[in-house]
Amino acid sequence: MSARRWRRRLTSGAMTGLVGALSFLAVLALVLILGDLIAKGASSLDWSFFTHNPVPAGETGGGVANAIVGTAIVVGLAAVIGLPVGIGTGLYLAEYGSGRLGWVVRFVADVLNGTPSIVIGIFAWTWLVKPMGHFSGFAGSLALAVLMIPMIARTTEEMVRLVPHSLREAALALGYPRWRTSLRVVARTALAGIVTGCLVGVARIAGETAPLLFTALGNLNFSTHVLEPMQTLSLQVFVYATGPFDEWHRLAWAAALVLMGLVLLLSLAARWAVRQRSHGSAR
Amino acid sequence: MTTLPIEPVAAAEPRWQALRGANAGDRLYRAALTALALTLPLLLFALLAELVASAWPAMRRFGVPFLWTSVWDPVAGVFGAAPMIFGTLASSLVALALAVPLALGVAIYLTEFAPKWLRQPVAFLVELLAAIPSVVYGLWGIYVLIPFLRGHVVPALRAALGWTPFFDGVFYGNSLLAGSVILAIMIVPYIAAVSREVLLAVPASQREAAVGMGATRWEAVWTAVVPYGRAGLLGAGILGLGRALGETMAVTMLIGNRHDIGLSLLQPAYTMAAAIANEFSEATTDIYLSALFEVGLILFVVTVVVNALARLLIWRVARGTAVGSRAL
Repeated sequence: MSARRWRRRLTSGAMTGLVGALSFLAVLALVLILGDLIAKGASSLDWSFFTHNPVPAGETGGGVANAIVGTAIVVGLAAVIGLPVGIGTGLYLAEYGSGRLGWVVRFVADVLNGTPSIVIGIFAWTWLVKPMGHFSGFAGSLALAVLMIPMIARTTEEMVRLVPHSLREAALALGYPRWRTSLRVVARTALAGIVTGCLVGVARIAGETAPLLFTALGNLNFSTHVLEPMQTLSLQVFVYATGPFDEWHRLAWAAALVLMGLVLLLSLAARWAVRQRSHGSAR
Repeated sequence: MTTLPIEPVAAAEPRWQALRGANAGDRLYRAALTALALTLPLLLFALLAELVASAWPAMRRFGVPFLWTSVWDPVAGVFGAAPMIFGTLASSLVALALAVPLALGVAIYLTEFAPKWLRQPVAFLVELLAAIPSVVYGLWGIYVLIPFLRGHVVPALRAALGWTPFFDGVFYGNSLLAGSVILAIMIVPYIAAVSREVLLAVPASQREAAVGMGATRWEAVWTAVVPYGRAGLLGAGILGLGRALGETMAVTMLIGNRHDIGLSLLQPAYTMAAAIANEFSEATTDIYLSALFEVGLILFVVTVVVNALARLLIWRVARGTAVGSRAL
């Protein structure tokens, strides 16, 4: 009897240790990846890395100025296109989404959310690149916007639904029309949550590569023309990492570190926005 | 105080007749939001129509045997997707086998055993794994993971299991094994996050009842909590599978990209997403391009089915709550 009890306790302790160790392992993977990025990338980060364009293959040096500017333009344009549509869809789902159309839109958003980004990439190619006859940063932005809209729509809906009914009823009782109630009172209250969703969405598309392969394509020169091929950090990391030169591999680590830094910054900003919200609504 | 019989405002009348009394601003607002919301169904329709239209020549030429033909010859214009379908399923399932125990362990630890102060930070760090761009995983995989596998893991695997067909042949680095391991790391945060939400949704009475009957803490978790959330945990795993199936960049960089069907994890393989990424820009003939579109269409349909299944399972456990619908 007591031996059995002892064994059961031992099992419990061992399994607790095991799940703890598994958690440690998952965190360790993150630490290792970030650590390697810093160890192999940080030494290449100097002023010229940020201010120069890539040099021809075989030469040493060169930087990612074109890729940084390209990422800003492609991702920025995607946000300009995707955020209003995503937020609007989210507001629709929260305000009028109880009917059949709401069900359809919600279902479609979930389907598109799980669609592989490479499929979105070839879709954007047939719609924009093929008819226009050439690759362009704009086509890349649109592909990223398509990836982003369903995500933003669902988080916005969730955040708007958290706003208490009493607030909405109070505004309506004061004679506010529904549209002003929705925008000035409800959306305003959910603003921190909506901003968080937007930041997470932008962070996710900033690191995307697959949808850009056949749209933005990449460009070794500095370009700010959105109707021409454009370089992004993610495309640059891909080309450099899979290329044959050691010099390229060094630059790949550095570019990956910059990209990771950008994504982490956006993710942490999103987390900070959440914190603002929870402080604001603490009762 | 009595409650006034006010209709909850959010339960908006779905019928358009309800608009008759509304003012111009409200009508305009609703019309604008509806137009924006219609974007998504239109996009999905356009996506499907475009994929089917572009894949149509290949579908007509190769028919259903496209799925189990393993010839991929751009010069002769003969295409079959079997190696890629096999590689996609094999890499995703191996990744799932590695990721599920790990992610489930994380979820159980964080909901049942971890000290309170540790829960939020660890959950955040694990979720950060989902923020790492795919191409960065690929880079890390090529220069850190593969050397590690070659130096430590493969010799050990060979020594223990070399007699099975799964660890046969020379290990060149880029292989099914490397692709699966990187996929496993990439899907852990998704499975862990959803599993954690599922376990949190299990009522405390389940635990209390088990402990009250003399169960140890682990027995309570394993016999009362986990079985209660079974469907949701299964859903979490299938959601991870959906992610793994469509993952492109990291797998393209690590799996070796060879049109082969082999049992050995040490050999190169191919996935549907990787084939599109690699060959789309070099597809010179129309039928080649069309075949790649058909691969894309198959991938799309498979991920839609897998994701729908996952959502249904998760909804069964946590009906009405938003578990799993949150984009990470």
